[in-house]
Amino acid sequence: MTVLVLADHDGASISQPTRSAVAAGGKLGDVTLLVMGPEAVAQAGAKIAGVTRVLHAPTEHLLAEPAAALIAGMADGYTHLLAPSSAVGKNIMPRVAALLDVQQISDISAVVDADTFVRPIYAGNALATVQSSDAKKVITVRAASFDPVAAEGGSASVEAAPTAADPGVSSFVGAEIVKSERPELAAARVVVSGGRAIGSAENFKILDGIADKLGAAVGASRAAVDAGYAPNDLQVGQTGKIVAPELYMAFGISGAIQHLAGMKDSKVIVAINKDEEAPIFQVADYGLVGDIFKVIPEIEAELSK
Amino acid sequence: MKLLVPVKRVVDYNVKVRVRPDGTGVETANVKMSMNPFDEIAIEEAVRLKEKGIATEIVAVSIGPAQAQEQIRTALAMGADRGILVEVTDTVEPIAVAKILKAIVEKEGPQLVILGKQAIDDDMNATGQMLAALLGWGQGTFASKVEIADGAASVTREIDGGLETVKLTLPAIVTTDLRLNEPRYASLPNIMKARKKPIETIKPSDLGVDTTPRLKVLKVEEPPKRVAGVKVGSAAELVAKLRNEAKVI
Repeated sequence: MTVLVLADHDGASISQPTRSAVAAGGKLGDVTLLVMGPEAVAQAGAKIAGVTRVLHAPTEHLLAEPAAALIAGMADGYTHLLAPSSAVGKNIMPRVAALLDVQQISDISAVVDADTFVRPIYAGNALATVQSSDAKKVITVRAASFDPVAAEGGSASVEAAPTAADPGVSSFVGAEIVKSERPELAAARVVVSGGRAIGSAENFKILDGIADKLGAAVGASRAAVDAGYAPNDLQVGQTGKIVAPELYMAFGISGAIQHLAGMKDSKVIVAINKDEEAPIFQVADYGLVGDIFKVIPEIEAELSK
Repeated sequence: MKLLVPVKRVVDYNVKVRVRPDGTGVETANVKMSMNPFDEIAIEEAVRLKEKGIATEIVAVSIGPAQAQEQIRTALAMGADRGILVEVTDTVEPIAVAKILKAIVEKEGPQLVILGKQAIDDDMNATGQMLAALLGWGQGTFASKVEIADGAASVTREIDGGLETVKLTLPAIVTTDLRLNEPRYASLPNIMKARKKPIETIKPSDLGVDTTPRLKVLKVEEPPKRVAGVKVGSAAELVAKLRNEAKVI
């Protein structure tokens, strides 16, 4: 079995979800990492544990059309083509799958064997075990379900990736990246999330104290994002990020199906809500019924002790 | 220009689904069905482009059982002009859906196809990208803003760190994210008018598409249940438990 993993990166370092995809790929065979981006990122990829080879394609932006053409063009040497289920993986891999005439296996949470995989359906309310009859498997990997391999310790060779013609139907115009000093949501050990009860964008800052003390990432429910209290890239849920931190603290989040889909695999879940009947309490290990505006400063004070 | 909008009939997003005891799938009999929420956003965007005078005709397509007519009628009541139902009895995977849609695109000649980013039943997030690949068109996935001008679509996309804008030569594919728009409710007069709008019914075989699934579902099971938690009385007790019992801080 030969496995190609597409690396997701921010132009400087390779994302943790990519290392989870390498971990999933390692269960299937030797992993070659494809880095489309700066040379320095390819060098970082060569150090990742479990990567046997790095292929580097110097590209400025990861546009789906040229990226999928390149990956489909080099697919002959591989039985499995993987990417993390990040915005990048989800954008590019189905295009690769269609170019190869195979059905993608999206967002796998377990590898059973070379043809058989487990994936959540219906917002994580059911787990389907599926067996692919396609000759090549095109797969996106749910990062929260696979422990990432170490970022250091590998010593892979870096080679130039093959080139492919850009279909020329798309171009990059610009990006607005939200600057944050906090850990990346999908990779954080602790996540502190706020819901609609937070009430305003200014109020969202009340989570900062606890987040700072715990070194946590800040997340949000869809209701909080839709109300404009938090930017959309903080959204945890079926349609946002899927997280599985050691500790997930939900402040003023009711616990709708679509939110639970994004966090119910967390190791310890804490819910603080003034509504005793809120569905979030059904999945919480520790629940506290109370007003978040009163409880948050109290927790912060306790954490300082 | 003409727009094509595929819509899917799915279990309503408010329904808490139950896994069938025999592990063959999820219970869908006597369960409320609706249009996939992302597809409502797609129809809304198409209708807004028509209201701006950019689009001239909106064709809503659904691939599903005979009852998927209901979802096409909903699209017609929201403002689509006519419908196409591709009637199937079994599950059709995104790759087959993309092939069916490709055949319809080649027949209808739309300049833009707007799809939802994912269906909330299979959670695949693949059909739009696959259709773009098969047609060789550009794709603007997870769109939160779409602007059409001078033969191109500028699409602002929701990505992991924020937003990104790409420019696509038309014809092109757009898939909708949640924040693209707020879908309208169909008014009663429009629901009545939608009854008179035409729906054409065809079969995948009419289009020469083989819909045999590539993925065999071996079993469907409930996810592991979480052990019931405890309620604590104060912030002090909570922090103490997290420190000493759960040992996560």
